Amino acid sequence: MTQTLKAWFSDLPKAVRILIFGLGAVIILLIPRFLTSSYIMGIICRILLYITLAGSLNVINGYTGQFSIGHAGFFAVGCYTTAILSSNYAWDFWFTLPIAGILTAIIGLLVALPTFRMTGIYLSIVTLGFSEIIRLIALNWTGLTGGPLGIKGIPAPQFLGMNIRRAGDYYYIFLLFAVLFLLVTNRVLKSRIGRAWISIREDQQAAQSLGVELVKYKAMNFAYGAFWAGLAGAIYAPYINYVDSNTFTLDEGFNILSMAIIGGMGTLGGPVLGSFVVNILNELLRPVSAYRLVVYGLLIVVMMWIRPQGIIGASDSMLADDRTGADLLERLGLKKRRTA
Amino acid sequence: MSQLLVANNVSKHFGGLKAVDNVDMIINEGDIFGIIGPNGAGKTTFFNICSGVYKPTTGEITFDGHSLVGQKPEQIARLGMARTFQNIRLFKYMSVLENVFIGFQTKTRTGLADAILHTAAYKSDEQLIREEGLKVLDSLGLLPFKDTKAGNLSYGMQRKVEIARALALGPKLLLLDEPAAGMNQLEKQELMHFVIDLNKRGYTIALIEHDMRFVMNSCNRILVLNFGQKICEGTPEEVREDKGVNEAYFGKGLLVGRKGAAA
Repeated sequence: MTQTLKAWFSDLPKAVRILIFGLGAVIILLIPRFLTSSYIMGIICRILLYITLAGSLNVINGYTGQFSIGHAGFFAVGCYTTAILSSNYAWDFWFTLPIAGILTAIIGLLVALPTFRMTGIYLSIVTLGFSEIIRLIALNWTGLTGGPLGIKGIPAPQFLGMNIRRAGDYYYIFLLFAVLFLLVTNRVLKSRIGRAWISIREDQQAAQSLGVELVKYKAMNFAYGAFWAGLAGAIYAPYINYVDSNTFTLDEGFNILSMAIIGGMGTLGGPVLGSFVVNILNELLRPVSAYRLVVYGLLIVVMMWIRPQGIIGASDSMLADDRTGADLLERLGLKKRRTA
Repeated sequence: MSQLLVANNVSKHFGGLKAVDNVDMIINEGDIFGIIGPNGAGKTTFFNICSGVYKPTTGEITFDGHSLVGQKPEQIARLGMARTFQNIRLFKYMSVLENVFIGFQTKTRTGLADAILHTAAYKSDEQLIREEGLKVLDSLGLLPFKDTKAGNLSYGMQRKVEIARALALGPKLLLLDEPAAGMNQLEKQELMHFVIDLNKRGYTIALIEHDMRFVMNSCNRILVLNFGQKICEGTPEEVREDKGVNEAYFGKGLLVGRKGAAA
């Protein structure tokens, strides 16, 4: 479907395409003017935040086929970095951004180190453990992170002398970084580096035989994904105004993962759609909040069953080979083994 | 003629199984070097040692003056050794051209910043892989299939794409693991001429093959393995006359026409 849509779009005359783009951009930029409800703007901000978060997880899981489920850990590092630097040391928000990104990328590298010899479920468990370690450090290192009390009153960023306070203002920051993430990542994926990542996903042994340096590219991939999660965390800190370790439980990690899976891994658009679907679903399910996770769980199982590559997942990859989901279901006895 | 790949007393043991046992081998520049042997003789294991997939239990391998022991497959690829696999390992969801693009990994230098900023280095790399990639495909007659998903091609074509991908590395030595497996006689013939042609273009080739006619008609030197041990190394004529080789393939004293044939 996305293919026909793309084809249809590229067949339009150039002037019409520019017009559609321009119109779309204007509408997107004016959204906070029309939607004054802070509740709705809050949801939209979350969607934009999770585009970056789920998107950066997708770079790791969807493009090199490593399966990290500890993205909440990277999110936490970025969030705490900005919170600590701007409230305890009065740093300007914009200066904390690169520090948060780079620090998270370095931690991503450290996590990647023991994972080079591991794949699949073993790697996932390492990332899961890492995510919990970060949360427990945040919970217990009271001197730095405020411990269970967290960090309150994170100063608002300033832009051209204005304080950014309302969700309608944060909208632009979240939007800027989501768009930046998509543009930059698109370029990386369409280069030698992205091709090396994808070749590792498709067939590690073949990639190696062609000179793709496994360790280097896996590490780079982890650091890259972590970097953007760190940035997302850095913006989230002043937005939410208060961080504590409860925000970064494993539930949060699975939340991000579910967006990537439901939207579709291995495509840039997948996590964008996943973020929309899951966040909106999140609001719709508020009345039955206790069963929300059950619904997610079912949704993921069903997705794995009928469409393992996600809603707009890559049909041109290993991921679409319904091994990923079907294998799991076969082992659980939920699906009969196909006889080829 | 200089020695390109030299294996010295190479062994690979998996527990008590001696998959490869004290094998010596010399591949000279310009050779088409055949490795033959019955099933389970250790041919592919030996190949995997040469290309860095396995570490030899004992022994020494040098390639173009570099020791290969303990080197990773990607480092060996960078030294100029490219290979294909017995069970074709194409990136089957990528197009043929994209498959070949990956082969240029060692020849390009684009870094993260180059890719993000589209610097001159990025542009020249992209231009290089596109031009050279199309050239490689053209030389193998694969140009009409450049946008086809590799997995959708016929078996023989897939073999060719795998070779094209390996050639993109500009290798000093090309290892082909059973290139003719699963092909009919006609395809085998075609492949054989193709291999000889590649050799004429200056590629040194080592190949594992079961098909005797293929090996005898294309290779100038042959190594015969049986139960992990080298039983013979020499020209096709020498190998054909070798008693050990005949025994490995046909058994001892069971040939029809000898004593007891009437019974």
